[in-house]
Amino acid sequence: MGAIYRREVGAFFTSGVAYVFLSVFYLLSGYFFYAGVIGSGRTDTSPMFSSMFLIILFLIPILTMRLLSEEKKNKTDQGLLTAPVGLWDIVLGKYFAALTLFIIAESVVFIYSIFLAVLGDVVWTTLLGNYFAMLFLGSAFIAVGLFISSLTENQMASAVASMLALFVLYLFDSFAANISNEHISKAITSLSFYSRYIEFTQGIFSLPSVVFFLSVAFLFNFFTVRVLDKRRWG
Amino acid sequence: MIEVKNLSKKYGDKQAVKNINFKVEQGEILGFLGPNGAGKSTTMNMLTGYISSTSGQVLVNGVDIFEDPKKAKSSIGYLPEIPPLYIDMTIEGYLNFVYDLKKCKLPRKAHLKDVCDLCKITHVKDRIIKNLSKGYRQRVGLAQALINNPPVLILDEPTVGLDPNQIIEIRTLIKKLGKKHTVILSSHILPEIQAVCDRIIIINKGEVAADGTADEIARQLTNEHKMTLRIEGTTKTSADKDEIVKAIKSLKGIKYVRADMEREKGIYDYDVEADESIDIRRSLNALCREKGWNILMLQLSDLTLEDIFLKITMGENDIKIEPERPRINIKFEDSSDSDTDDQQENGGNE
Repeated sequence: MGAIYRREVGAFFTSGVAYVFLSVFYLLSGYFFYAGVIGSGRTDTSPMFSSMFLIILFLIPILTMRLLSEEKKNKTDQGLLTAPVGLWDIVLGKYFAALTLFIIAESVVFIYSIFLAVLGDVVWTTLLGNYFAMLFLGSAFIAVGLFISSLTENQMASAVASMLALFVLYLFDSFAANISNEHISKAITSLSFYSRYIEFTQGIFSLPSVVFFLSVAFLFNFFTVRVLDKRRWG
Repeated sequence: MIEVKNLSKKYGDKQAVKNINFKVEQGEILGFLGPNGAGKSTTMNMLTGYISSTSGQVLVNGVDIFEDPKKAKSSIGYLPEIPPLYIDMTIEGYLNFVYDLKKCKLPRKAHLKDVCDLCKITHVKDRIIKNLSKGYRQRVGLAQALINNPPVLILDEPTVGLDPNQIIEIRTLIKKLGKKHTVILSSHILPEIQAVCDRIIIINKGEVAADGTADEIARQLTNEHKMTLRIEGTTKTSADKDEIVKAIKSLKGIKYVRADMEREKGIYDYDVEADESIDIRRSLNALCREKGWNILMLQLSDLTLEDIFLKITMGENDIKIEPERPRINIKFEDSSDSDTDDQQENGGNE
C-alpha cells in the first residue's frame, strides 16, 4: 500500500492535478474566509465551511477522476494486479493519496486562523469541529469518486459522473422536502450529506454523522475493491 | 515450477482458452507459439493472476495462484504485452516504485543497478518514460519484471518493437536468465522461439496443438519420412530412371517414389516417402551397392518448425516442403527505435 500511496501522491504533482486542485481550493476558501468571516467582522469560521460544501463537491471529482480510470486505460493496472499486493492495498493506497491532498488543502484554515488570532479571539472548538467535519465529508466524497473512477476508462466521464453523483447526494434534502410520507422523507434526510455537514457548521458535533460519513467511505472503498475483483472474472 | 491443469477461459460464449495442460521445470525456457488471437496473452494473464480462469488450476512453486495470490505472485516477474509503465515517471523513479510494490528485500541500490545494467538502461535512467522510444520502454518493462529476482519470468512478446541488434541482445539475455529462472515467453515469431526456447507449446484457437522440443513436435506431426535422393545409374542416361524407381518401389515400407529433374548430366533426383517406423536409408544403400549405383546425395526433408506452425495454424494437411530453403533468422517485426512511431501496436488483445 505504501508504494502505491507514495507514487500516487507524486503523480498528483507531476500531472499538475494537485496544483489545480489546491489553487482553486485556496482561492475560493480564501474568498469565503474574507467575505464570510473577516468581512462580517466575526471570528467564527463556520460560514466559510458551510460555503465550501459545494466547492468540494465539484473539486473532489478532479482529484479522483484519473485514479483508477487511467490505470485501466494505460494497462498499468496489469502491473499492480500481478504484483504481490492485495486489492485493498491498491484501493486504499489511492484513497489515502487523494485524502492526503484533501488534508493539505483544508489545512489552510489553520493559516487563516492566524489572521483571526491577530484580529480577535479564535473559537478553537468550532474551528476544529468544522475542520473535522470537512475531513469526514471529504473522506466520503473521495470514496465515491474513487469508486466511479473504477467504472470507466475515461477520465472525463469519471469526473462528470462523480460530480453528478455527488450533486444528487446534495439534492437529497430537496427530494425529501417534496415527499409527503413522513417516514420516507425522514429516511432520505438521514442520508443527506448536506444536512449532516451543515449540522457541524452550526456547532453540533454529532457522532452518528461521523459514523455515517466513515461508513460511506468504507462502503464505497469496498465497492471499488469488488469492481476490481469482478473485472478479473469477466 | 509452474504447473497448469485443465486451464480454461470463457468470455461470454467465446472460448478463449480450452483445457490447457503443461508443466515447466526450473531452468527451462518454454516458448508459447501461436498466431495472433490464439490465446497466448489470455493464458499468460491467467498464469500471472491478472485474470481468473473459468476452470482449471495454476500452481506456481506448488502455490495456487487463485488461493494464495500474494505468495504465488511474489515468485513471478511479468512483462505483459503492453509494458505497465507510468509514463510521467523517470525510469529510476518507476523502478523504485516497482521495488517497493514488490516488497523487495534485496539491497536497493545494488539490485536496481544490476537490473538496469542487465537491461542496458543505466545511461537513460534519469529520463522520463514518456520521452523514450518503444525499444527502451520494452527494456524498462523487462527491467521491472526482473526486480526482486523472481524465480519465474513470464514474458509476453518481449522483442516486439526492438531493432535487430536489440532483438539479439534480448534473446541472449533471456537465454542467460533461463539458466537460473524458469522462463515462459510468447511470440508469433518462429525463429525467435527456435533460437531461445528449450521447449515449445504451439497454441491454436485456445488449445494446445503441440508440445515438445522442435524435433519432437516435428516427429509427432509427421508419420512418414520424406527424402530426396540423387542416384547415379549405370548407363547415365534417362533409361536409368524407370529402373531405379521400380527398384526403390520394391523396397519394404516405401509409400511413394517419383523421379525428379535431371540435376547433373544423366543423373536424376528422386523424391521418396516411407513409413516412419522403417528407416529405409540402409536398405536403399544396400540396393544401390547391389545394383552398382552410386548415391550422390541423400537429404531428409522432414517438417521444419515453420512448416509445422503453418500446418497446425492454417489447418492444412498437405504442406509443400521445399528442401534446402534458405532461412533468414531475423524477422523485422517492428524495427522502430525512433522516438516518433511508438504507437504501432500489433493486433491488440488476444
